[in-house]
Amino acid sequence: MAFAAFASSDAAVTKPPRRKSTIALVLLLPGILYMVLFFLTPLISLVITSFQAELPGGDIGDYVPGLQWQNYVESASEYLPHILRAFGYALVATVFALIISYPIAYFIGVKARRWPLLQSMMLTLVIAPFFISFLLRTLAWKQILSDESPVVQALKAVAILPADGHLTGTPFAVIFGLTYNFIPFMTLPLYTTLERLDTRFLEAGSDLYANPATTFLKITVPLSMPGIISGTLLTFIPAAGDYINASRDFLGSSKTAMLGNAIEANFLTLQNYPVAAALSIILMAVILVLVGVYVRRSGTEDLL
Amino acid sequence: MKTMSTFAEAGADLEFVDISKRFPGFTAIENLNLTIPAGSFFALLGPSGCGKTTTLRLVAGLEEPSAGRILIGGNDVTNTKSFQRPVNTVFQSYALFPHMTILENVAFGLRRRKIDDPLGKAHEALRLVELDHLAARRPAQLSGGQQQRVALARAIVNRPALLLLDEPLGALDLKLRRQMQLELKSIQTEIGLTFLHVTHDQEEAMTMADIVAVMNKGEIEQMGAPEQLYELPRTAFVANFLGQSNLFTGQVTDSGADSITVDVAGRGIVVPRTRAQRHAGEVTIGVRPEKLLLHTEAPTTGAGINILGPGRVTDVSFSGVSTSYIVQIPGLGAVTVFAQNMVFGPVVNEGAEVWVSWTVDHGFGLEDEPTTGSRFPADASTSAIAIQRRAALETELEGA
Repeated sequence: MAFAAFASSDAAVTKPPRRKSTIALVLLLPGILYMVLFFLTPLISLVITSFQAELPGGDIGDYVPGLQWQNYVESASEYLPHILRAFGYALVATVFALIISYPIAYFIGVKARRWPLLQSMMLTLVIAPFFISFLLRTLAWKQILSDESPVVQALKAVAILPADGHLTGTPFAVIFGLTYNFIPFMTLPLYTTLERLDTRFLEAGSDLYANPATTFLKITVPLSMPGIISGTLLTFIPAAGDYINASRDFLGSSKTAMLGNAIEANFLTLQNYPVAAALSIILMAVILVLVGVYVRRSGTEDLL
Repeated sequence: MKTMSTFAEAGADLEFVDISKRFPGFTAIENLNLTIPAGSFFALLGPSGCGKTTTLRLVAGLEEPSAGRILIGGNDVTNTKSFQRPVNTVFQSYALFPHMTILENVAFGLRRRKIDDPLGKAHEALRLVELDHLAARRPAQLSGGQQQRVALARAIVNRPALLLLDEPLGALDLKLRRQMQLELKSIQTEIGLTFLHVTHDQEEAMTMADIVAVMNKGEIEQMGAPEQLYELPRTAFVANFLGQSNLFTGQVTDSGADSITVDVAGRGIVVPRTRAQRHAGEVTIGVRPEKLLLHTEAPTTGAGINILGPGRVTDVSFSGVSTSYIVQIPGLGAVTVFAQNMVFGPVVNEGAEVWVSWTVDHGFGLEDEPTTGSRFPADASTSAIAIQRRAALETELEGA
C-alpha cells in the first residue's frame, strides 16, 4: 500500500486494455523467484526465530523452535526507549530534511529551468555525496563534531555549548547525521515533481488574488504532494531502522541508541536471536502501520 | 485598495501610456498608447508573435513593462503585483487547479478576498455557464469546452473591473466556439464588465467585439468598430489580416476635389478622396473581393465604375454560399473575386476571358509606402548584440 505513493498515477486515468499474456509472466518470473528466495524466505525465517525459546542448559546462542510469544512483550518493554528514539529521531530528521530540501528542489526544478546547465550542475551536487561511502561521510562528521574540533571549540568560546559540553553522543548529533545522510533521498523525489510543476497554475493563483505565500500553500504544496510523500517515506523508513548514525562508533552513544542499534547488539554481540528477530518484526510492523496511515491521510489519489 | 474588498460596480477603463516591453534580443511592444473604454468588449487582434499576449500579461501583472504606465479605472497599477489588481484572466490553457473540485476552483478568488458565502456565489457562477451539476468533479474529468466555461466562471465570479481573455476559444471545435462566442457576448452585456479579448481569429474578433484593434509587430495598426475596420482598412496588413483584399500599386495621375485617380496597369482607377490615406505619388489602393463583379463581355465604362481587364479565370472554387474566382490580369497579377451563388453552379469556367468592375465608393487607399521594410531597427542593447554575435558565430561554425 505504501508503494501506491511512488507509483505513477497516470495508469489510473487511462486504463490500457487488459490482455492475458504468457510473455509477461515469463518476464516476471526472475523477479518473483528473486523475491521468494531473498525476501520471503528470510522473512519467514525471521518470524520463526522470533518465536524461539532458550535451550535449557544450553550455551549462549542456543535456541530451540517454539512459540515463545513472550519474546515480543519482553523485548518491546525492555527496548521501549530505543523504539521511541528510533521513530522520534527519524521523524525529526525527516521534518528537517523536508525543510532543507524543499527550497533546494524548488530552486533546481522551477527557478533554474531557464538554465539547464545550472540545473544539471546542482543536481550533480545533490547526488555528489553518494560518490563517497556513507560510513566515511558519517565518520568525517564525527571528526568535525568531535570535542577537539574547531566547531566545538568555537561553540564553547561563544558559550553556546557549556565548557564540559559535547556534540558527539548527543541526540543533536544523531539527528544531524540522519538529516544530512538522507537529504538526497528527499531532494530527488521533490525535484522530480517540482520540475514538472506547471508555473501557469501559479500565475492563475496570483491572478485570483492569492499572494505568494497563499499561492505556495494552496497550489505549489498540494501539487508537489507526490514528491513530498515519496521523499518523506524514502527518508523516514530507512532513518527509523538506521543504526550507523546512532552507533557509539559514529555520532551516537549508549544514550542515543536506536532500535537498529538494539537489533544489531542482540544479533551480533548478545547472540539473543529471538529478541533481535522480534525487534525487527516490531520495527517492520510499526513502519508499515505508520506509512499506511500516512499515505491514506495525505490523500495522494486526488492528484493528477 | 478599495476595489479589492468589494465587487466592481461596473467595468473600468484601461489605459496604456507609452508602454514598451523589451525582452533580451527583441522588442515585443514599442510605445503603445491605448485606451479601452469602460464596459466595452475590446478585441486585440493579430498574428502570433505580434505582442498581443504580452500586452494582456502586462495588464494582468504577469509581466512588467520596460517603460510606461498602466492605468485601470484611473489608478496607476504599474507597480502593483498581479494579485493586487482588480483584473481576472481566462487563460489560454485554462490553468484550472487539478487538485481542487470545480466548485473550489471557482470559489478560489472569492476565498482569497474573504468575500461572504464563496460557495453560494461559486454555484451561481457555475449556473451562469450551465455547469452547476458538475461542481463536485475535478478539472481532468471535464471536456475542453466545459473546462473553458469553468475558467470563465472562475474569472467572472470575482466581478473584476476588467476581464482578460487570452484566446480562450482556441482549443474548441468550430461549433462549440460559435456557441461560446455568443455566450461570452451575452455574459458581457449582462454584467457590463470591460472585456479585453486577445485573439488571432479575425472572425471571432469581428463578431464579438465592439472595438477591434489590429496589432502587428508590437504596434496597433488600426483601431475601430469591426465594420469600419473591414470597410476602410488603413494599411495593407489590416486589409489582408482582416478578410481578404485585392491590392494594386500605381502612380496618382489626377487628384481632384473628391477623388483621386491612380494609374493601374494602364487604366485609371478612381478612389474617393476621403477613403484614401495618401493623395500623391505612388500609392497602394485596394478593394474587397466580394465587392467585385465579373463580366464576360467588356462592360461599358461609366462614371462611378472602375474596370479592370480583360483577364483569364485560372481557378474556380465553390464554397457553398459563394464561389471564389482567381482572375489573372496581364500586368497586374491575380485578382480574387467572391460571387454569391445566385444561380446553380459557377457563372464562368476556368480559362474564360473576363473583366472585373466595382463601384468607386468601395475602393480604399492605404497609408503605407508601397515598399515597407521591417518596423523595428536592430535592437542595440548589449544582450541583443551578444545573442546576434552568437547566432552569427553558430552559422559560421556550421558552415565550416
